[in-house]
Amino acid sequence: MAEYCAVIGVGQTHHKSKRDDVSIAGLVREAAKMALADADLTWTDIDAVVIGKAPDMFEGNMMPELYLAPALGAVGKPMFRVHTAGSVGGSTSLVAAHLISSGIHKRVLTVAYEKQSDSDAMWALSVPQPFAAPLLAGAGGYFAPHIRAYMRRSGAPEYIGRMVAVKDRINALRNPYAHLHLPDIDMKMVEDSMMLWDPLRYLEACPSSDGAAAMVLAAEDSLSGSYPPAWIHGMAMRSEPTMFAGRDQVNPQAGRDCSADVYAQAGITNPRAEIDVAEVYVPFSWYEPMWLENLGFCDLGDGWKLTEAGATAFEGDIPWNTSGGVLSSNPIGASGMLRFLEVAMQVRGQAGEHQIDGARRALGQAYGGGSQFFSMWVLGSDKP
Amino acid sequence: MSAAAATAKRAVRRPVSIASFAQSENVRQDDQHNEVEMLMPVVAEVFANIGITKNDIDFICSGSSDYLIGGPFSFVTALDAVGVWPPMPESHTEMDGAWALYEAWALLQEGEIDAALVYSFGRSSPGNLNEILALQLDPYYLAPLWPDPVSLAALQARALIDAGKGSEEDFAAIASRSRKDALSNPNAQVAHDIPVETLLRDEYVVSPLRRHALPPITDGAAAMVLAAGDKAREWSDKPVWISGFDHRIETHSLGARDLTSSPSTAKAADVAGVADGPIDVAELHAPFAHQEMILKEALGLDDGVTINPSGGALAANPIMSAGLIRIGEAAARIASGQAARAVAHATSGPCLQQNLVCVLEGE
Amino acid sequence: MSARTTTEELGPVTTLATPIRLDFEFTPGVAQSRFLRGLEKGKFVGQRCPTCGKVYVPSRGSCPTDGVPTTEDVDLGNVGTVTTYCVVNVPFAGQSIEIPYICAQVLLDGANISFMGLIQEIPTDEIRMGMRVEAVWVEPEELTPSLASVRYFRPSGEPDADYETYKDYL
Ligand SMILES: [Zn+2]
Repeated sequence: MAEYCAVIGVGQTHHKSKRDDVSIAGLVREAAKMALADADLTWTDIDAVVIGKAPDMFEGNMMPELYLAPALGAVGKPMFRVHTAGSVGGSTSLVAAHLISSGIHKRVLTVAYEKQSDSDAMWALSVPQPFAAPLLAGAGGYFAPHIRAYMRRSGAPEYIGRMVAVKDRINALRNPYAHLHLPDIDMKMVEDSMMLWDPLRYLEACPSSDGAAAMVLAAEDSLSGSYPPAWIHGMAMRSEPTMFAGRDQVNPQAGRDCSADVYAQAGITNPRAEIDVAEVYVPFSWYEPMWLENLGFCDLGDGWKLTEAGATAFEGDIPWNTSGGVLSSNPIGASGMLRFLEVAMQVRGQAGEHQIDGARRALGQAYGGGSQFFSMWVLGSDKP
Repeated sequence: MSAAAATAKRAVRRPVSIASFAQSENVRQDDQHNEVEMLMPVVAEVFANIGITKNDIDFICSGSSDYLIGGPFSFVTALDAVGVWPPMPESHTEMDGAWALYEAWALLQEGEIDAALVYSFGRSSPGNLNEILALQLDPYYLAPLWPDPVSLAALQARALIDAGKGSEEDFAAIASRSRKDALSNPNAQVAHDIPVETLLRDEYVVSPLRRHALPPITDGAAAMVLAAGDKAREWSDKPVWISGFDHRIETHSLGARDLTSSPSTAKAADVAGVADGPIDVAELHAPFAHQEMILKEALGLDDGVTINPSGGALAANPIMSAGLIRIGEAAARIASGQAARAVAHATSGPCLQQNLVCVLEGE
Repeated sequence: MSARTTTEELGPVTTLATPIRLDFEFTPGVAQSRFLRGLEKGKFVGQRCPTCGKVYVPSRGSCPTDGVPTTEDVDLGNVGTVTTYCVVNVPFAGQSIEIPYICAQVLLDGANISFMGLIQEIPTDEIRMGMRVEAVWVEPEELTPSLASVRYFRPSGEPDADYETYKDYL
């Protein structure tokens, strides 16, 4: 009963630590106009706008869809705001897709952004709360202990994290939109960088970026644009509670269930063999081996071996984050959408220097909160 | 309505029913319970009403605002009121729960799932609403001036008076009727029977708005279960169906809008098919008394329509829940047989910038 | 006359500062109040879920997996195990502790959930998973219903806990 839905336009800003050349409206328009142009459409062709970002406190602008409605051509149209923590860019894409697959709309513009330099995201993440100890030093302080638990559990050597940090930054050199371009990156440079949240070093953590991402999604009878459509083969969201007795924070059940759902929809039984390229939310280096296991690309405890063997590198058999990933650009609210958008670019063959030849099926993943919110989609160049 | 008639009306492809609704008591300040404790009994009640559990639910969507609570990610722990284990498909909008309902309804349209839980919580008491809501405004040109929501609403009320479309007596009459109707609403926060002439002796808060034309500050939560397919009939003998649903937004700059009308409401009403049949009851999310007049006109409601029998937002205005509660209240009128067809409305932003319209029908 | 007077010469405005200060009153609620009243007496009070029997400390009011109120109070001891940790070496606004410091997940004996605690009285390079730690409280007259009543945790001197005893809490 659901309608087919495809990505027909993509756009993103140049991600930087401070985009003081544009307002928030200017930032989101930069991505949105690019997506419209890619789809060969104008503002008036769009039926509805779905916007996502991380907490409003990051910019100090409450419910920003109100202020951004005219900038995104939404006046007189439905405009919807999504907020599911770090997974929001992915969830926003999925809400937009559901507005098509439900038959409600034909063409939906979806946008996600963060202008971190407008406020202090580190502060916003660690707003003092009277009933919690003031220990949490941003997201790194939250995730570092779980990374340590993964290292203990899997017996992974400590250099694996550094390998991911180097690999994703080398990939970013192929992506003109990436925030970090570090041509001299190597294992030593990562090792020499400051230890922020032991065991995580500065260069094993994502940057803080200003940036936006946008896509145009369309129904089967409303396709346009010069590149072929990227068809949605499967999409899913899963949530589990933040903290509960016996919670596996290294390999969360919600992530496993979400991927099982999305693979079942796409008819995938062996993700490593059947997925050509993946963009996965890796804000801290060690989350690559952790998500390799969580997403079923290998057996439990073997994720780091794939990383070590170069399987996830650009030339590997399962290239992960050829765009440079979150480790190279992190406009938080947009980071999830960038994963979803980058895999659309791959199956449409428009990823330029970071294009994987012959990519026909790709996985986009985003996660948020304390690894308890997941959103994923599988895109293909063939109509499902 | 004629101007909007050019818009193609959208057919609802799959009937979805409001199978259950529950809300907390609305109070000025709930200083006994945290957000989880506010929501938990409401979620328990919305399931118990129809004898189901969380295991019968396929999808969850919630609406809330971090800025009201004073911390980022306030929706995260609120989910503990449901107990999402094993993991569940779940989403959140930083909008009124009425929009969370819209998202869940859209998913149900696909026909892949049959039941959804929608909830919202609004705690308006922890901070200063006049300051907090100023942050909804353009961060470069408006927010730095800190205009408070009452003053902005007063601008709108003044425009309405100047256009000859309303008077202070009209506003007082709406407030008097709403709070009187609220006497029969056990969840109302402000309910009394005070005649118009007494209300008109109130001081101005911001001219031309007197105290009675303002909503109360409210803490409250609400939850709803949506059902489609076999579950809709299984969970109710007389389902309340959503027969039309749409929402629209207007431009942000108040200077670029005619504040005396609501074209976004009119457009949403047209798409939702409000005029396709007679309306018995309307539950309108009009936080300020004069806004009811603007909405009534935009929705094309005649004087025979019963407006806000619950007392509306003037009786209780838990921000982020008040819109969802309008839909729940309208559904309750149909379920009880008092109405055959109803329209419910929710709003967001300064001076009715964004509006949602939901048409409900019995059988 | 100054040379730069026209808009072109002055260039775009790139920054506009809007100081925002908002004050909030938080409501701990029924369950957290019991936990906070425990802290006031110098002890950790957890709560047991009537459905699954797990003990939460602090409880936010519900069992997160069952969605029911945690009603039964459980007095927990002063001693627990570090399940995992990180060493924070990054400064941030509002930070009150000198860096580097150890931020650990502490699983109190008798509880089924760990919580975040500060570890002191040990060099940062000597902390390890499985270390047994005990809470150090403020002086009795300084006890308040807040986490400020717990100064920090320190090694208890007991042998490390076996990995098997806490691996399910990672
Ligand atoms: Zn339980």
